[in-house]
Amino acid sequence: MVMADNFNFELVSPERLLVSGSVSEVVIPASEGEMTVMANHAPTMTTIKPGVVTIKFADGKNDSYVVFGGFADIVPTGCTLLAESAVHIEEVKSEDIVRRIEAARAELENAREDDHKYGLQSYLAELTTLQGIVVPV
Amino acid sequence: MPSLKDLKNRIASVKATQKITKAMKMVAAAKLRRAQEAAEAARPYSQRMNAVLANIAQAVGQDDAAPRLMTGTGKDDVHLLIVCTAERGLCGGFNSQIARLARDHTRKLLAEGKTVKIICVGKKGFDILRREFASLIIDRVDLREVKRIGFANADQIGRKVIELFGKGEFDVCTLFYSEFKSVISQIPTALQLVPAAAPAVADETTGASAIYDYEPDAAAILDDLIPRNISVQIFRALLENVAGEMGAKMSAMDNATRNAGEMIDKLTLNYNRQRQAQITTELIEIIAGAEAL
Repeated sequence: MVMADNFNFELVSPERLLVSGSVSEVVIPASEGEMTVMANHAPTMTTIKPGVVTIKFADGKNDSYVVFGGFADIVPTGCTLLAESAVHIEEVKSEDIVRRIEAARAELENAREDDHKYGLQSYLAELTTLQGIVVPV
Repeated sequence: MPSLKDLKNRIASVKATQKITKAMKMVAAAKLRRAQEAAEAARPYSQRMNAVLANIAQAVGQDDAAPRLMTGTGKDDVHLLIVCTAERGLCGGFNSQIARLARDHTRKLLAEGKTVKIICVGKKGFDILRREFASLIIDRVDLREVKRIGFANADQIGRKVIELFGKGEFDVCTLFYSEFKSVISQIPTALQLVPAAAPAVADETTGASAIYDYEPDAAAILDDLIPRNISVQIFRALLENVAGEMGAKMSAMDNATRNAGEMIDKLTLNYNRQRQAQITTELIEIIAGAEAL
């Protein structure tokens, strides 16, 4: 069997560069649904919703990060994920997610415009789903 | 003429001050290193952000789909100045340099008949600008409690700016901060945030941008991207500021330590001279007394 080609993946948050290396595939929570990025992907740019990024490194290791919004820039030779905030899955604190949910709820109360409201509602739904995934019940 | 005791006290107090400034210098040096690391770590994000922004701005072009944050309101009557300074003093001319740049800018705008609104980030800038433009300051952000500046702090300011823009409170927004060049040189800088100038496209991406797929679509991504970019720019400015503040503080404290050293030398010389003069006077008195007998 032919091994899948590798490509460069970078996960960057405003504070620092979290991951940079050769990977074989990455699953990113794109706003239009989860997508798996592999080498030679068509150039795409997409926004990201809160969710889990799963990285399969070239050497076979796996790693996961939780991201809270951002966007991804995908070209055939690489993928750059600019996350507004990214945390390693083992370091995610449930209080953090709860805090974000509460902030979003408070914002929703004050929101007037329908577009904004709609955006916040889906953001809230994504956060709640994320809470279900990350926090062991 | 101060007495011997006065001089002695004076020397002791200068020595104590020197110890303090020396310690402050070392603290500033340690903090500077951390601040520089933070600024360095934040660089990849803003670089990539710029690349993506250039790319997408080219795709959307100057048509009607471009968000208002980028095209502006078409007027430039009301200016919003965000002045970022340090929370603390004792760092040479750092704060006053930024404040002076902002002040000159404000005066120029006022002379042209524009309306100016100011948001102060940091206490020192607020203190300086309050004297002249107290009525123009619409808000101030206090970061004194913040130990390490995170993206969340910058995002908060960014949101505020966007909210004000949404309400039509200003037409042009300029950010004032100090660019960190080296420990001894920080350059006060004015950066226009709104309308955002699209960064120049790098050569390598020009070819690829034509065939990009956009999800959901280019305009929607740009709508999402521009506000985020404002926050990123503010974040970068805050980090540069922290590094600059620490650099300025380090050289200011270095100067202070050196001055204290010079002062101690001078005072010690004075003290010794006076002590010897006193001994001589005493001896003369004794000898004169012995001769009189």
